[in-house]
Amino acid sequence: MSESPDHSSLAPLRARLAAIPTLDAEALEAEAVALLGRKQGELTMRLKGLAALPIEEKRAMGGALNVLKNELEAAVEARRAELAQATSANANRDVDFSMPGRAQWPGTLHPVTVVVDEIVEIFRGLGFAVALGPEAEDEQHNFIALNFPPDHPAMDMHDTLYLDPEGASRPVGERMLLRTHTSPVQIRVMRDGPPPYRVVIPGTVYRNDAFDPSHAPAFSQIEGLAVDEGITFVDLKATLTHFAQRFLGADTRVRFRPSFFPFTEPSAEMDVGCRLCDGAGCAACKGTGWMEILGCGMVHENVLRDAGLDPERWTGFAFGMGPQRIAMQRYGLHDIRLLYGGDMRVLTQFGGVGR
Amino acid sequence: MKISREWLEGFLRRPLQSADVSARLGMLGAPVDGIESLGGDLSPFVVGLVTEVRPHPNADKLRVTSVDDGTGTLSQVVCGAPNVTAGHKYPFARLGTVMPGGLVIEKRKLRGEASEGMLCSARELGLGQEHDGILTLETDAAPGTPLLEIMDAPDERLDVDVTPNRPDLMCHKGVARELAHAYGIAYRLPEIPELVEIDLPPPVRYGDEAIVGGVRLAIADSGCGRFLGATIRGVKIGPSPAWLVRRLEGAGVRSINNVVDVTNYVMLELNQPMHAYDAATLRGPAVIVRAAREGEALVTLDGVTRKLAAGTLVIADAERVIGIAGVMGGEETEVSGTTTDLFLECAWFEPSRVRSARRAANLSTDASQRFERGTDRWGAVDAFRRAIRIVLTVAGGAVDNATVDCFPAPSFPPRIFLRPSRVSQVLGVALPWIEIEKQLVALGATVVSKPDDGRMAVDVPGWRPDIQTEIDLVEEIARLYGYDKIPTDLRGFRPGARQDDAAWGAMARIRLGLASQGLSEVMTLPMVATGGPGAPRLLNPLSADHSVLRDALLPSLVGEIEANWALHTADIRLFEVGTIFAKGEPGGRPTEALQAGFVVTGARAPMHWSDGGKPALWDRWDARALFERLVALANPSAAVQVEEGGWVARLGDGTVVGHCRQLSADAPPWAAPLFGGEVAVAMTPAPVVPFVPVPAYPAATRDLALLLPMGTAVEQVTALLMQRGQRHELRSVTVVDEYRGKNLPEGRRSVAIRLVFRASDRTLTDAEVEQGLGRLMTSLERELDVTLRSS
Repeated sequence: MSESPDHSSLAPLRARLAAIPTLDAEALEAEAVALLGRKQGELTMRLKGLAALPIEEKRAMGGALNVLKNELEAAVEARRAELAQATSANANRDVDFSMPGRAQWPGTLHPVTVVVDEIVEIFRGLGFAVALGPEAEDEQHNFIALNFPPDHPAMDMHDTLYLDPEGASRPVGERMLLRTHTSPVQIRVMRDGPPPYRVVIPGTVYRNDAFDPSHAPAFSQIEGLAVDEGITFVDLKATLTHFAQRFLGADTRVRFRPSFFPFTEPSAEMDVGCRLCDGAGCAACKGTGWMEILGCGMVHENVLRDAGLDPERWTGFAFGMGPQRIAMQRYGLHDIRLLYGGDMRVLTQFGGVGR
Repeated sequence: MKISREWLEGFLRRPLQSADVSARLGMLGAPVDGIESLGGDLSPFVVGLVTEVRPHPNADKLRVTSVDDGTGTLSQVVCGAPNVTAGHKYPFARLGTVMPGGLVIEKRKLRGEASEGMLCSARELGLGQEHDGILTLETDAAPGTPLLEIMDAPDERLDVDVTPNRPDLMCHKGVARELAHAYGIAYRLPEIPELVEIDLPPPVRYGDEAIVGGVRLAIADSGCGRFLGATIRGVKIGPSPAWLVRRLEGAGVRSINNVVDVTNYVMLELNQPMHAYDAATLRGPAVIVRAAREGEALVTLDGVTRKLAAGTLVIADAERVIGIAGVMGGEETEVSGTTTDLFLECAWFEPSRVRSARRAANLSTDASQRFERGTDRWGAVDAFRRAIRIVLTVAGGAVDNATVDCFPAPSFPPRIFLRPSRVSQVLGVALPWIEIEKQLVALGATVVSKPDDGRMAVDVPGWRPDIQTEIDLVEEIARLYGYDKIPTDLRGFRPGARQDDAAWGAMARIRLGLASQGLSEVMTLPMVATGGPGAPRLLNPLSADHSVLRDALLPSLVGEIEANWALHTADIRLFEVGTIFAKGEPGGRPTEALQAGFVVTGARAPMHWSDGGKPALWDRWDARALFERLVALANPSAAVQVEEGGWVARLGDGTVVGHCRQLSADAPPWAAPLFGGEVAVAMTPAPVVPFVPVPAYPAATRDLALLLPMGTAVEQVTALLMQRGQRHELRSVTVVDEYRGKNLPEGRRSVAIRLVFRASDRTLTDAEVEQGLGRLMTSLERELDVTLRSS
């Protein structure tokens, strides 16, 4: 827009507009108030004064003033930004950005928790839900209902931790003990409602073992149970192979060997290819190229029958594994007691939250 | 179970590789835990012919020999053995040979005479302990022939891990049977060297009583199902022949004398324990199986006097107990060097009776382990006759009259009916009839088809007493067919109807919540050294340190703090989520509860340079905030309340479910204050908190400095303000500062608070806020004697 002679009165203001880019911070703020202040600003006053002018002049002058106001505001803003940048550049010149940042303590989950959570998540994806049960059990749930013969050596005090009956005597078969495996929860699940069942059971189990580098009197176990019509050994092998390959890597080799547990038949051990030597044989796998990872089998007919299920109709599989052993293999720990201690130098190495 | 590779080779009539045997047994359910070589490697040695022996010029006990080792050049060898003779052949180690102990044979001078090699003794070859001189080789082989071509390679001992359901694997025949299946070949009993040809008629069958070559035999307890007996007269007790010693050693059993060794040999070969008595020591003479009477005792072969519980199954003569049946014989009737007449026992005992006798005597033996698992009562006859033949071969003598078989209730191995449809229902593969039959035959079963109802009648072999039902056969079919041949196709499934246990979600929530506060999870042992009076005690703890079940988490967590301090770690932040226990009624089930606790001490954050080397420490206000966070995670319906030097979490009904305070511990002088808390975990799902719309109108903030009388809690002030401030649109009260000390009226402290006012439907005017403030100050002054601090 070209300037009309009528607006020559705006020339001083235009000169001040031109000077804005040269002002320092203090002068800039003073000038901004002097020109644009809401109460006494020069331009503000001029805009207020428009009301007194004749209509023609009001329209022409009003337009010019508004243009000028916008230009002034833009110039002030631009100068402010320029000065701010110069200030921070000045300030930054003396900062040593190599100084360390201010950290928070890294919270950590226990390695066994990490392992258990991973296992549970994989089985959750296969339709399993988490079931839990008491750690103090009776012989009925821990042994008898699981098809242990009545004089099985596990019921010797040698292997199992019993609770002090405090003078009350209970017959063999009903004594209270600390569960030696998570399997009694299978019994509780089966007695709780009709199949199908698909549950994983993590929990603490107990044995009468000395506390030494490879044994602990209490440790974690995670167990699984699937019962339905038509479940077969093929499903057992397929499910656990899938688990191993999700848990340890898609190229994990798996094999099943016959074994024996009172509560499954047929029973098996699942081995996975040793990851340290890639199957070539090393000290960790005792030269076999394989590591034992879990025990499993088809739920024994007697267990189903004892839980009130007809084994001709319902079949199923069960499995169990030890998260401490898995954690020790995974992290290269050689003393299981490290997993029970509170040494901060150990604990902060694992399971960092958000890492 | 220790298994000799050579013994297996005797069964299978072919050489075996121990590593391959181990792999195959593992895939059949009997993993091999270790392989032990029973001798050095013979491959470096050759046959050496001594052509000349001269006295050593400088030593009386040494000889200088010339040895032909087939190379065409004679070697001069200095030898100290008294038996070295010209014209005989001996194992020879040439220069450069590495001996089993690692020694390298080099040319050297012995008392001035050069020696270029070594003539070896059996011990030097790793072949045994006798060291009476060098090993004379009776061979036609030419000098220089590798020793391995004329001598057996050393035996190897396989340590087979036998599961409790496999009594058949407690002997070499059983392992050989498995391998024969694995290799697809036949097996039969090994040859016995120079076995005497005698006519040995089958034992004569009796009921529970008989006379055996002058000895009365009686079964007076049903715990003995069968008893085969023989009296052998005129034996000569002495050392066993080398082959027998070698077999036993291969299986890890020491040679004792020829007769005892035979009984052990048959046990290790056929899983039939036997016992030989010195017949002259038997009073009566009689051998009676009966229950022990009150007060009876026995000195067993190990020299220990054992009092016998009444009812224990024992072997007795006419006057006294002479053995614990199936466990161990007695010292007074044992075979000794002067024995000439034997009474040989070959019996079947009830596994549970042997087990209880073994437990009562706390005496596990090779025999008891086998009887407990179950021996083959039908196979006993063959084992018995083989034992007699070998005794007669290695110790001489003759059977007095007939041998006897007392079998009070004759029976046959069980017959099981198997449905092929059940095999496929369980295994998921439809095996053809012929395939099923093949595996059953490999098992040793006899299969009779029953075409009328589609079932197979299966006669189980006597050596598998563990197989009692159809499902046992299904397992055997899968095992012998091969688990690896069963497919692994993942199929669809019906999900279960159960939800996750509520505690699982709560645990995960608490763990993540506390870890995100910078704490580290720990899992302490649930059993501790001491607990409160309500902590359940263990009946049979291995250690007093782990004899009580914990009734709280904090004592264990404080223990871990102290352990860290002992390691000079000052900055410690631990939490645990775990079970605590309380006694139930005597003998009954204890109560269990999930508990979550934490402890913190030391720096609140990792050292930062801006702290000037003095990082802020965890203090009680951090502890309170952590506790509030924990309570919100673990027991959201509980409220945190002030209580005597700390805080508690309390439910609406007044129940205290948690507490938090500064803790005392065995702290080094440099340790920072220690705080901790724990709370019961409520088994509730995470509460769903509905969305609160974000404010649409601005807030007005006012800071006030208040003077509080000593004894007035800030919580009283904030509670009053929040209650009365509702109608004035007061939204929050925050404590921003506290000041005690100079320039305050006596008995007062100053607390600065920030009030935020905001209406949800309009912008509040200054006048409205000021009016509200005035009213609130009036209430504070009138009800709590709290005034504005002027200045």
